[in-house]
Amino acid sequence: MRILRRLCRDRLALTGLVIVALLTLVVVVAPWLAPHDPNAVSPVNRLASPSGEHLLGTDVLGRDVLSRLLIGARWSLGAATFVTVCVVGIGLLVGTISGYYGGAVDAVAMRVVDALLAFPALLLTLAIVGVLGPGLGSVLAGLIAVVWADYARVARGSVLALREREYVLAAQALGASGPHIGLRHVLPNIVSSVVVLATLEMGQLILALAGLSFLGLGAQPPDPEWGAMLNDGRLYFLTAPQLMIYPGIAISLAVLGLNLLGDGLRDLLDPRLSRRRSAAATE
Amino acid sequence: MGAYLARRVAALVPVWLLISVFAFALASFAPGDPAELILRRQSDEPPRPEAVAALRDELGLDRPWVVQYVRWVGSALAGDLGTSYRTGNDVRGELWDRFLITLELAVPAFLLAVAVAIPVGVLSAVRRNSLTDHAARFMALLASSMPSYWLGYVVILLFAVELGVLPVAGRGGWQHLALPALTLALGTSATLARLTRSSVLDVLGEDFVLTARSKGVAGRRVVWSHTLRNALIPVVTVMGIAFGHLLAGAAIVETAFAWPGLGRHVVDSIYDRDYPTIQGFVLFTGTVFVVVNLLVDVLYVRLDPRVRLAARNQ
Repeated sequence: MRILRRLCRDRLALTGLVIVALLTLVVVVAPWLAPHDPNAVSPVNRLASPSGEHLLGTDVLGRDVLSRLLIGARWSLGAATFVTVCVVGIGLLVGTISGYYGGAVDAVAMRVVDALLAFPALLLTLAIVGVLGPGLGSVLAGLIAVVWADYARVARGSVLALREREYVLAAQALGASGPHIGLRHVLPNIVSSVVVLATLEMGQLILALAGLSFLGLGAQPPDPEWGAMLNDGRLYFLTAPQLMIYPGIAISLAVLGLNLLGDGLRDLLDPRLSRRRSAAATE
Repeated sequence: MGAYLARRVAALVPVWLLISVFAFALASFAPGDPAELILRRQSDEPPRPEAVAALRDELGLDRPWVVQYVRWVGSALAGDLGTSYRTGNDVRGELWDRFLITLELAVPAFLLAVAVAIPVGVLSAVRRNSLTDHAARFMALLASSMPSYWLGYVVILLFAVELGVLPVAGRGGWQHLALPALTLALGTSATLARLTRSSVLDVLGEDFVLTARSKGVAGRRVVWSHTLRNALIPVVTVMGIAFGHLLAGAAIVETAFAWPGLGRHVVDSIYDRDYPTIQGFVLFTGTVFVVVNLLVDVLYVRLDPRVRLAARNQ
C-alpha cells in the first residue's frame, strides 16, 4: 500500500498505472463490451465507415473493428501475460537453484544464459518459430525458450548475494530445507527487482508478439490479435489506413503504459537507483 | 593489446560454439526424415526405400549426433551451408547476397541512430530536468513504445501518399532508403539516447569532474573532454549489441517496406520450412554478431586506457 501511495505521487507512473489497470479491465470484460462477434463476416458491410452500429467501422471482411480490438486485447495482452508468467517461473527456478547450489549445475546453466543473452531475442525466437512452423503456439514457445534467461540471471545474482547472509546461514543451521530457504528467505528479497523487470519486459514482449504476428508467423487468421490485425490491414493500407492505425495505437498504448509504470516502479523499488537519487538530492 | 584481444576471442568462442550447436539442433525439430524430404523435393514420386537408405548413408544421418555436428560445423566453416530447399541454390551465397542488401539499409540506419542519439543524450544529461531533457526523454519513451514498422506506415501515409515526396516501397535510390532506414533507426536511437543520458549523468557525478570544475575548467570543456570520453564507453558496448538487434529488427521492417534483404529472406524461408536456410541464417547472423562484438572490443581498447593497462599487467 505504501508503494502504491508513493507511486501515485509520480504523475507519469500514475498515468502508466491507470493505462495498465484500464487495459486489464478490458481484457477481463471484453466479451461483454464487444458489440459484435469479432469473427462475424459480413460481405455487404465491407470497409464500412464508423456508424452507430460499428463505432470504428468494419474491416475488409465486414468484421466489426471495435469488437476485434477489444477481443484482440485478450489475445495480445493475454499471450504476453502467459509468456511473462512462464519465464518468471522458469527463470526464478533455474536462477535460484543455480545460485544456491553452484558448481557444475551453475556453470552449465550460466553458459546457456550467457549465450541466450548475448544474442538478440528476436533472432533466436525467429529461428525457433522457423523450425516449429508459423503459429501463435510456436511464437509463445520461442519467446519462453529465450526470455527466461534474463530472470535467471537476476535471481542467481540475488541468491549469490543473499547466500552468505546471517539469517540464511541461521536457517540452514536450524536444518531448513533448500526449497524452504528459497521460498521464505530468498524469494521475498528478489520480488521487487523481478516485478520491475517483468513490467518493463512485458512491453517488449507485446511488441515482439505483435511483430511476429505482423509477419504472419504468430496468431493466424481469423484470430484478432493486434499484430495479426496490422497484417490484415496491410494490403488495404492506402485505401483504408484506419485498419492499421487503430491496432497500432492499441499496441503503443499498452506498451507505453507498461513502460511508464515500469520506470516508476524502478525508481521506487530499485535500491541502487534510489541511492543515486538521494545522492543527487544532496548535491 | 594482443593479449587482451586473445582473451576476448577466447571468451567469444564458447558463445559461437553454443550458437552453432543451437543452429545444428534446429534441424532435429524438423518433422520427417531429412533424406526422404530431400528426395521428395527432387521428384513427385514417393522415393524408394533403397534410395532413402543410400542418401541417409551418404549424409551420415545414421552416425552419432556428435559426428554429424562436427561434420556440419566443419563444412560450414569451409563455407558450405548446404542447398536451399526452396530455391535449390547455395545457402551461403544467398545469405551473403541478401546480407549485403540488408547492410545497405542497416548501416545508414545505424549511423543515423548514433548521430541523433548521442547529441540528444548528452544534451539531455547536461541540461537535466530542463524542457529539452523532458521533451527528449518523452520522445525516447514514445519511440520505444511504438511498433516502429507501424510508425513507418504512418510516415508513408504522410510523406508518400499525402505529400507524394517519397516512394512507398521497394529498393532504388536514396529516396527508397529514407523511410525504412528512418523506421529501423527509431528504436535503436531511443535506446542509445536513454543510455547516453544516464551514462553522462553517472560520469558528471564523479570526483574527477568535480576536481576539473573546482580548478576552474570551463563547463563546455568539462563536458566534452572530461566527461564524454568516459561516458561513451558503456554506450560503445551497447552499440555492438544494438547493431545485432538492428539486423534482427530488419526482418520486420524489410517485410513492411518490401526490402529484399536477409530478414525478408529468412521470413520467406520460414513460411516454406526451408531448414538449411534457417540453420544457415542462425549460424551466419550469430557469426556476424560475434565479429561485431569483437570489433567493439577493439574500439574499447582505443577508448579506454584502463583496459589497455589492465591487459598489459596481466
